[in-house]
Amino acid sequence: MSRQARREAIEGYICISPWLIGFVMFVAGPILASLLLSLTYWDIGSAPRWVGLQNYVEIFTNDGDFLQALKVTLTYAVVTLPLHLVLGLALSLLLNLRLRGMNFYRTLFYIPAVLPIVAVTMLWIWIFNPEFGVINHLLSLVGIEGPTWFHSPRWALPGLMLLGLWGVGGGAVIYLAGLQNIPPHLYEAAEIDGANIWRRFWRITLPLLTPTLFFQLVLNLIATFQVFTQSYIATQGGPLQATFFYMLYIYNKAFGTLRMGYGSALAWILTLIILAVTLLVFRSSPHWVYYEAERRKEDG
Amino acid sequence: MNVQSSTTHRGGWLSQLRWNRRVRSRVVSVTAHLFMTLLSLVFLIPMLWMVSTSIKSRAQTWLFPPEWIPNPVVWEHFPRIFEIAPVLLFFQNTMIIVFWNVLGQVFSTSLVAFGFARMRFPGRDLLFILLIATLMIPYQVTLIPTFILFKLFGWINTFLPLTVPAFTGSAFFIFLMRQYLMSIPFDLDDAARMDGCNTFQVLFFILLPLCIPPLVIVVVFTFIGVWNDFLGPLIYLNENTKYTIALGLNLLRGRNRTDYNVLMAASLLAVLPTLVVYFLAQNKLIGGIASVGLKG
Repeated sequence: MSRQARREAIEGYICISPWLIGFVMFVAGPILASLLLSLTYWDIGSAPRWVGLQNYVEIFTNDGDFLQALKVTLTYAVVTLPLHLVLGLALSLLLNLRLRGMNFYRTLFYIPAVLPIVAVTMLWIWIFNPEFGVINHLLSLVGIEGPTWFHSPRWALPGLMLLGLWGVGGGAVIYLAGLQNIPPHLYEAAEIDGANIWRRFWRITLPLLTPTLFFQLVLNLIATFQVFTQSYIATQGGPLQATFFYMLYIYNKAFGTLRMGYGSALAWILTLIILAVTLLVFRSSPHWVYYEAERRKEDG
Repeated sequence: MNVQSSTTHRGGWLSQLRWNRRVRSRVVSVTAHLFMTLLSLVFLIPMLWMVSTSIKSRAQTWLFPPEWIPNPVVWEHFPRIFEIAPVLLFFQNTMIIVFWNVLGQVFSTSLVAFGFARMRFPGRDLLFILLIATLMIPYQVTLIPTFILFKLFGWINTFLPLTVPAFTGSAFFIFLMRQYLMSIPFDLDDAARMDGCNTFQVLFFILLPLCIPPLVIVVVFTFIGVWNDFLGPLIYLNENTKYTIALGLNLLRGRNRTDYNVLMAASLLAVLPTLVVYFLAQNKLIGGIASVGLKG
């Protein structure tokens, strides 16, 4: 290596050193530590005791809370992920119309995504108030007697889903950017060839948007498994564990009962689940995600 | 459609198309406006409800059907917040944490992104892939060991666990910043070096002034993210005097579970700073989210 190249390399390492330190201290180190911790019994007070796979065995064979937390979290994911995708996409298609005042709508729809989740949750607790809330009032206008929402084992989780959907504008803005990157000449050509709006959507918009959809799907997936604050504040996991999210369970175990080892094992299981699902999505992507660069290669 | 016939009757066909387009775009625009207005209500109603409750009399709050327009307008709920809890202190604590986070993120993001975008060193591309991979790591797996680490440092119940990590940068911002730096021509660096700038002068005096758009995103996202964070303060801060706004709101609710006037007034106060920052930066912000969202 020449002197100059060596000098550049050293300066390069200096530049990225903050991230490298952070990576070791706050990412790689903790991941390894968490794996080791998950094989111990530790309540912080006394020294950690090595218990091997006992935590995992207990979780899988004798832990109803684990199954309930998994069920709640997966239900939430299965219902809200497609809803966020479809509604976000629909919203972005609307926002992509050339209309006066579109900037206003765009700004408005994105607002819920930047508000503090604690304040948002507080607001929705009030909106969902069974007797004096807005939702049940609106429902009563169309002759429906609203449920008791966060007080009802059946409706608490759907309530939290609605709360989450209020933030759908966050995804829509990203889809919108994807839409605006689609070259207009494709639409012009299709229109001249007589393709109607429906066909243009299915043949041009959707294929060219799949990379964005894919990216959003992966990010939403990871975020969904981390839902915590809403249920912590609105329902504390209740009623009857109807909103007992996985992250809430980890929090309770680790910071409520100080079972750090057990909590780490729970965290590892969740991480592996997320990893597995993410990998599945990645593996499926060649079948439905369309990259223009690849097609050019095939054509050439 | 038959291509030949359309070329032979080109003039008539085109004007027909234009006419159709004009009528259709009118219809589309009117329906779209109607629809957008309705949709706006869905997003607006919850926020209006918050504002309305915060300035309504108690008697008017507990009515069914609810009344939207406060009559009379009542301001007493706002001073009440400050009596129930030291809200000003919560604001101050939050601002301190936000300040260090913004500073840390701007500094580390610039430096690290510059290293990945501009310098050549062995293992660079591999490390960058590693950085991208960390975007996919769910934070709960690092949560417990990180807590233990900070406990060993004796940092529990201080702001340090909530501020120091910012100085190591975040993968998301570094990625964003690197993409932006890559689009700035290298000639600029070369010219500056020719004029005697060293590496860090190139970064801080030549390149960073050109990186205002991504830096605005780093600042605004950090501000909003830290202001809104709940789990971090919940785990690390356990004395009321150290509380942030997010924790303070929850505390307020614990003390006045059913006083929705006060709770909505406090929520409104908590929401305002993020709203102001968002409105100031919204154009750059949305463009920036876009540029990241696409590179997946």
